[in-house]
Amino acid sequence: MALYSDKVMDHFTNPRNVGEVENANAVGQVGNAVCGDIMKMSMRIENDIIQEVKFKTFGCGSAIATSSMATELVKGKSVDEALKLTNQAVAEALDGLPPQKMHCSVLAEEAIRAALADYYTRQGINPVPIVGCIEDCDCCNH
Amino acid sequence: MSRFLYADHAATTALSPAALEAMLPLMQTEYGNPSSLYSFGQQAKEVLDNARAQVAAALHADPSEIFFTSGGTESDNWAVKGVAEARKNKGRHIITSAVEHHAVLYTAKYLEKQGFEVTYLPVDGYGMVSPDSLRAALRPDTILVSVMTANNEVGTIQPIKELAQAAHEGGAIFHTDAVQAVGHIPVDVEELGVDLLSLSGHKFCGPKGAGALYVRRAVPISSLFHGGGQEHTRRSGTENTAGIAGLAAALAAAVAAMPAESARLTALRDKLTAGLSAIPRTRFTGHPTQRLPGNASFIFECIEGEALILRLSALGICSSTGSACSSKSLEPSHVLMAMGLPHEIVHGSLRLTLGEENTEEDVDYLIRSVTQVVAGLRELSPIWEG
Repeated sequence: MALYSDKVMDHFTNPRNVGEVENANAVGQVGNAVCGDIMKMSMRIENDIIQEVKFKTFGCGSAIATSSMATELVKGKSVDEALKLTNQAVAEALDGLPPQKMHCSVLAEEAIRAALADYYTRQGINPVPIVGCIEDCDCCNH
Repeated sequence: MSRFLYADHAATTALSPAALEAMLPLMQTEYGNPSSLYSFGQQAKEVLDNARAQVAAALHADPSEIFFTSGGTESDNWAVKGVAEARKNKGRHIITSAVEHHAVLYTAKYLEKQGFEVTYLPVDGYGMVSPDSLRAALRPDTILVSVMTANNEVGTIQPIKELAQAAHEGGAIFHTDAVQAVGHIPVDVEELGVDLLSLSGHKFCGPKGAGALYVRRAVPISSLFHGGGQEHTRRSGTENTAGIAGLAAALAAAVAAMPAESARLTALRDKLTAGLSAIPRTRFTGHPTQRLPGNASFIFECIEGEALILRLSALGICSSTGSACSSKSLEPSHVLMAMGLPHEIVHGSLRLTLGEENTEEDVDYLIRSVTQVVAGLRELSPIWEG
């Protein structure tokens, strides 16, 4: 059995929605270079709908695949729906991840949340009660 | 374009036709147990004796100093644990380096739990151990020093002769893990002055599952394997005659081809290095000249190693990385960390190790492919400012 599912390999080889949204009003970045994983999500949200979403990732095959899939799962959705996105949903959409790579899906979920938190912050709204606490990546002990 | 380009010879090598030829009869018709008294068994013993003589000749050792094992890991375990056990009443201090293969490193850590004290010598930016730092670390209770001949990740060749000399001046036994060096650079135990040396067949076109430990006469070492008394009671277990025959044939061939092959590989490697050094924000890791002929190791900033390896694999290229995400422990390469490279960039490491079947065309393809893949991953990367 291969390390990664066909879906993971597909999203890794042909990632969707790569780049940075022009006129973004929601930008979030999580992770750090010491850990070896950084994900940046940028969105243009209008009428409460995520009209455009793009990502950039520094990380392994899983990191790239999960961030790509996460953008696909929130594109065109309402902010409320995007807030309900879980890392399990991302992993499941990819037909699963090896256990030691599950933390990449957690980071993808956090990247989405970080962008949404930024959306509220820019409007002068405290994001924490809505989005929750954006914790730094704790996949490694640094 | 479906192409197969193997550039990971440090991980393992293809079995050479000469090795296979040596092995086949032992797996088919000459299956005797070398310990058996009848002539069918003694014929197998003769194969063993010839193999032992071949390996000894390659190292400039005596056949009585060559012991066959299941591979480099067993040889390393035996050398370190065996000397520790044999000399534990003289002292409990062991010195090794921070860049050893895990077969030595984790054995040392295991001995620490058994009450031994281990000093891990630091290395410089090239991964080189200094004889002065060894001298400073030696104590009256130091019983063993173990430093690898050449590093598997960055190819740096250690000053083994000086290190062995320093160890002896300090009253310690000197072991070297020469797994990456044997068959690729000249390794002469007399010239180097080492007491113990590990080697592994599958690193020089021999079979996996066969290795050897050189043990200089009169060096005290306890056994790991007790049983039927094979290998002059030092390493019990029915001999892997096919593996041993393959190892010996492969080593003899490697030594014969070495002058020409190492020159050829060095030239190819240097071309590869020049081509990849043209990629912006790239570092060539390890010593520039004191390094294994086929080894080319790099760090590319702002991208991650596992992603690099997987994308190269899609282009038919077999390579390796020291990134955290690619390791079972999720820790980045201890070798690159010991060399003082910043933690954030160690993840972007690539190791290419050229070998017998690689050609200039392969090197051109490698340069094009790595350049393309690195650029593609940098486009994805939030920390790359194009």
